[in-house]
Amino acid sequence: MKHNKAQKFGMVIDLDKCTGCGSCMVACMSENNVPFRKDESNKLLSITWMRVYRLTNGKPFPNTDMCYLPRPCMQCAGQHEGHSPCVSVCPAIATDYSTETGIVSQIYTRCFGCRYCMASCPYHARYFNWWDPIWPDGMEKYLSPNVSPRMRGVVEKCSFCFHRYQLAKEKAFMEGRRNIEENEYQTACTQACPAGAITFGDLNNPNHAVYNMVKPDHKHGGRPRNPHAFRLLERLGTNPKVYYFSSRNWVRQAGDNYLKDEAKAKKPEHHG
Amino acid sequence: MDSALIPKGVKRCPLWQFLLFIGAAGIVLLWGVYAMLLCWFKGLNQTNMNDYYGFALWIWADLAVIAVGGGAFFTGLLRYIFGKDALKNIINYAVLIGFICYSSALLILAIDIGQPLRGWFIFWHANVHSMLTEVAFCLSCYFGVLTIEYIPLILENRQIDKVPFFHHLGHNMHEVMAVFAATGAFLSFFHQGSLGGVAGVLFGRPFAYREGVFIWPWTFFLFTWSAAACGPCFTILVTKITEKVARKKLVKDNAIELLAKISGWMILTYTIAKAFDTWYWFTVTAPSKGFTLMDFYSNNPLYGIWILVAEIGICGLIPAVILITDKGRKNSMTLWIAVTLAVIGVCLNRWVMVLQVMAVPVMTFDQWVLYIPSWQEVATTILPVAYGIILIAISYRYLPVFPNEPELNPIEPLDEEETAVESPVEFEQDLKPAEA
Repeated sequence: MKHNKAQKFGMVIDLDKCTGCGSCMVACMSENNVPFRKDESNKLLSITWMRVYRLTNGKPFPNTDMCYLPRPCMQCAGQHEGHSPCVSVCPAIATDYSTETGIVSQIYTRCFGCRYCMASCPYHARYFNWWDPIWPDGMEKYLSPNVSPRMRGVVEKCSFCFHRYQLAKEKAFMEGRRNIEENEYQTACTQACPAGAITFGDLNNPNHAVYNMVKPDHKHGGRPRNPHAFRLLERLGTNPKVYYFSSRNWVRQAGDNYLKDEAKAKKPEHHG
Repeated sequence: MDSALIPKGVKRCPLWQFLLFIGAAGIVLLWGVYAMLLCWFKGLNQTNMNDYYGFALWIWADLAVIAVGGGAFFTGLLRYIFGKDALKNIINYAVLIGFICYSSALLILAIDIGQPLRGWFIFWHANVHSMLTEVAFCLSCYFGVLTIEYIPLILENRQIDKVPFFHHLGHNMHEVMAVFAATGAFLSFFHQGSLGGVAGVLFGRPFAYREGVFIWPWTFFLFTWSAAACGPCFTILVTKITEKVARKKLVKDNAIELLAKISGWMILTYTIAKAFDTWYWFTVTAPSKGFTLMDFYSNNPLYGIWILVAEIGICGLIPAVILITDKGRKNSMTLWIAVTLAVIGVCLNRWVMVLQVMAVPVMTFDQWVLYIPSWQEVATTILPVAYGIILIAISYRYLPVFPNEPELNPIEPLDEEETAVESPVEFEQDLKPAEA
């Protein structure tokens, strides 16, 4: 039987469309049984697989401009496929890179909580379960049966709703198909975004919207050919699969660090 | 009461005084054990670590005790492989200090992981590409080596030595100690190095990331080098503290001076290498990622350029210059200053390579995050210190840790009463020396 062509699932987030409403965060938490506590005011302890940052250009009124930047796990491929910052350091192979989908997995029952992966991730996309999850009375009935809740002492992160991929594959298999359609596998945040700012699909498939939006240059680590598209911290060589899109120069520059002579634009300020 | 256990030819404080000392350290130990149990049973929410500080005080403590414990492998290497005979008078203590440091490191690691019962996964599901895997394997193996090196000393206890089997075992273990010293040096090279690699391979963290040779970043070699350089300083420092507490000279000057001299040259060469590494990092590596030197040392209340001055200048060059000069290492005051600075320097380096790595913002819209450890973290970090003090006290009292001690501190002839007390345990089996 012929093998499927390797996929590379990725995301494009149009920052000109994002309103910062937080629907993506809510959908993500609900979909993936992300635990929470009564007091979530300390954001350094909150688990937010998808986190929306607020950026401003730092200029005074009336030139103030702002931008909301949703940040899921970047599903980094690294300099050579699979050499993600986190996957390469995990001592127990509790996180792995799938060359079939390009998704970085997290095996909760394998993780022993050393947190080296968190130290390695420049995007702070990985979270530790400092507490055991405790759901409000009755809420356990609303948990997703497709996603296992995590126990205390392990690391978790965005999986690009991998269980949805598995369900789509199962459905396709039952229908005698080898491949899944673009709309059969979409992440919860993509579907929840009311502004349609998030697009999800296969970066290897020219028929998918994400491919046409960024036109990834696979010979150069998937760098976007579209001049309005960029990736966070491109210069570190993490090779992420989440692309951002903006027509504003200062927003694109906020995606990476530049020396003074490389970028004259002032770095944006962060407020939450 | 316990005089039968005390080595011959040395004098020890009364038992009540000894027990009082052990009791005081024991209270601190129990405090640490209580905090440790809290962490194990309630989880790491007992700490002030957070999702920005996955690595914090404990990892620093681990790196620091392993660095200062490096005196064991390096002194062993000099004594058994390079034949520096004068060091035989301090090697026992170096091994004991190393044993304490490494057992402490393993204990801290066991507390630090989120799922302690899965700790064995690091061996069973090992990712051979991870520096932490290399650390776990080499560290555990080297702890085994240190245990083997410590056992002959235990077997030299007066009462244990009376048992022919233990006497011969101890003697034969001494005979093959060069093999273990070589094994220890080999293992130490890798785990000290891979601890440096833990930070150096983090290509997502420009503050930590370093280029290198093949799979090893420069920090790999710098960590091994600095441990070999500063570890012996810690051995000297603890020896000097022990002498102060015991109020007597325990090791001959020639051993201390030789170790200090070698350590001085190691520190000097390490400091030069570290300066080159730092220079290359901030002129080539960091700019290639869009960072300038001051991005790492400004806009926060703690981490300033003073760290580099302290690490390379005050705690690098100054002790190096003191220790390589004959006058410097022979003067008690300057020797104290030099070894203390060297130990502070290596601990500061480990702090920077763990805590500052976590503190520096990488995304442009991120910010510096500082952290203060919880009392549970502090208590569990002090725990090994209390444990170390207790083990040193017990070993010093009952084992011939310092071969020079009887010679340096001759005991006046015992009066009749003392002789009468001693007599019931003075009989000796007529043991023949073991034949090599």
